[in-house]
Amino acid sequence: MASITLAGDAEPRPGALARLVTFTRRNPTIVIGGLLMLALAGLALAAPYITSDPLKMNPRMRFRLPGEQFWFGTDQFGRDVYARTIWGTRVSLVVGLSVAALASVLGLIVGLLCGFYKAVDGVVMRVMDGIMAIPSILLAIALITLTRPGLPIVIVAIVIPEIPRVVRLVRSVVLSLRAQPYIEAAIAGGTKTPKLLLRHIVPNTLAPLIVQATYVCASAILTEAGLSFLGVGVPPEIPSWGNIIAQGRSFFQIAPWSILIPGIFLAIMVLAVNMLGDGLRDRLDPRLARRM
Amino acid sequence: MTAPVLEVENLQKHFPIHKGLLRRQAGSVRAVDGVSFAVRAGETLGLVGESGCGKSTVGRAVLKLIDPTGGRILLDGEDVTELNAAGMWARRRRAQIVFQDPYSSLNPRLSAGAIVGEPLENYGLASGREKTNRVAKLFERVGLRADFMRKFPHEFSGGQRQRLGIARALSVGPALIVADEPVSALDVSVQAQVLNLLIDLQEELGLGYLFISHDLAVMRHISHRIAVMYLGRIVELADKRALFTRPLHPYTEALLSAAPIPDPTRQRKKLVLQGDVPSPANPPKGCHFHTRCPYAIARCKVEDPVLREALPGHQVACLRREAGPDALPLPA
Repeated sequence: MASITLAGDAEPRPGALARLVTFTRRNPTIVIGGLLMLALAGLALAAPYITSDPLKMNPRMRFRLPGEQFWFGTDQFGRDVYARTIWGTRVSLVVGLSVAALASVLGLIVGLLCGFYKAVDGVVMRVMDGIMAIPSILLAIALITLTRPGLPIVIVAIVIPEIPRVVRLVRSVVLSLRAQPYIEAAIAGGTKTPKLLLRHIVPNTLAPLIVQATYVCASAILTEAGLSFLGVGVPPEIPSWGNIIAQGRSFFQIAPWSILIPGIFLAIMVLAVNMLGDGLRDRLDPRLARRM
Repeated sequence: MTAPVLEVENLQKHFPIHKGLLRRQAGSVRAVDGVSFAVRAGETLGLVGESGCGKSTVGRAVLKLIDPTGGRILLDGEDVTELNAAGMWARRRRAQIVFQDPYSSLNPRLSAGAIVGEPLENYGLASGREKTNRVAKLFERVGLRADFMRKFPHEFSGGQRQRLGIARALSVGPALIVADEPVSALDVSVQAQVLNLLIDLQEELGLGYLFISHDLAVMRHISHRIAVMYLGRIVELADKRALFTRPLHPYTEALLSAAPIPDPTRQRKKLVLQGDVPSPANPPKGCHFHTRCPYAIARCKVEDPVLREALPGHQVACLRREAGPDALPLPA
């Protein structure tokens, strides 16, 4: 502030464009991450309109180089890698978003109860410690072996080991909020527990929860790709970046594009989610940014 | 003499100390160790003492924000000690609290109007337009403009925030307000305004105050009677004038002589205590104060003094103020 602003000569409100520019300059990671995610989501939604059938085999067109006809080349069955990669975006996005949403909601509920009720806390937190000790890939393999493979079971398998991380975060925030005098004041003012949680505690846990959700999302996308690569993720008839890479692996020397391109997409999506998360963390919770 | 709005008999609050892997109880902190007093309608009882003596714990236990370990609490003559959360809920309207820290006692995500209106909503006293009107009246009553209702706590100054806290406490029409160091976080000039607001409200509404503070000047301004606490116990309870002019307990004497007086030329007798306050987890046997008392005798180490009336309306817990061969001469 160079000079004192008097009430009379208030500066004119900056236009929408100017405000957007300022926001971008202050939070470049949110804008870049957000735009990348929007672009990927756009591709995923438009997949049926901008690509051909990702499962159509064409033995005469095997191992075609990327070019005019096949932008990203073809694989060992003559399938279009472009179509397969774009369709694979859907799986990654659906897994990432649903795991983030489910883990956040379940983690929020369990974390609230643990933070608020001492009796629940002792038991549930030990169970959470137990879940945390199980490697997520192993748990997923076990679950998928027991049931029919499919997208829902992949999501469940990834959500379970993510829940304890969210619970720990929410619980710690609730514990520190409980010691705030405004919570005591609300109790003294006759606010009953459900309202106390919804009105005073939940809104104050949302900022760190959203940031945590972005990290859960990124790690879920990677885990899904890993599971599909190992052949225990989504079934092969659904193209996913993981199973595209797995199928292209044996022909890496002849057709490197069939593993490079989905790999690049995977890297860009995880990077975009992490950038968004970092940006949101800095913006929503400056204290958290310094701690991490 | 009006009926007491709050009576406390032998109140105790012990916090357990857990140790080791199995979290076995290794002892307890006796934050409040047998405290009795009463607050009448329209009266301010000051509770004074240094930090850690248990005065805030008394305030919270009285409202059952923490569960007392022992003793009895009577609100409006009704025993609330054994009431569960639901039973206490119905009685909370009669007793409210104003907190020390005006920053953390208001939810930063709610508007000022929502904060003050929340208790009204909780007890179904008013809703919609009616609630807005009542909140506006409360704002004006505590000296805030009604159009501040839409503002958020961070937009207010410390004094204004404390006024919001008072408005919230008043909203449900209590008979008793526990004021837990309500002005110690404020500037001196603002302190006086908030204290005077509290005094005005008391005269107008006949409120009883349990006023907790470590500041003797503030106490002198607002209290009618003052209880002095040391290590979880009340050592002296008397009329404000009697306490300031003729303290009977050696701790009160030391406390008063430590308070600054705005006159550098005035000479006075100083009583400076040696050593530190003993740990409330392991209070000394006998009189809690004997380790630092200049008048302590052998009896003080074994015998617990009881809070007794030494002069009319002037109670003190000191063996040397009891009639007998060890009695000290009363100060003039």
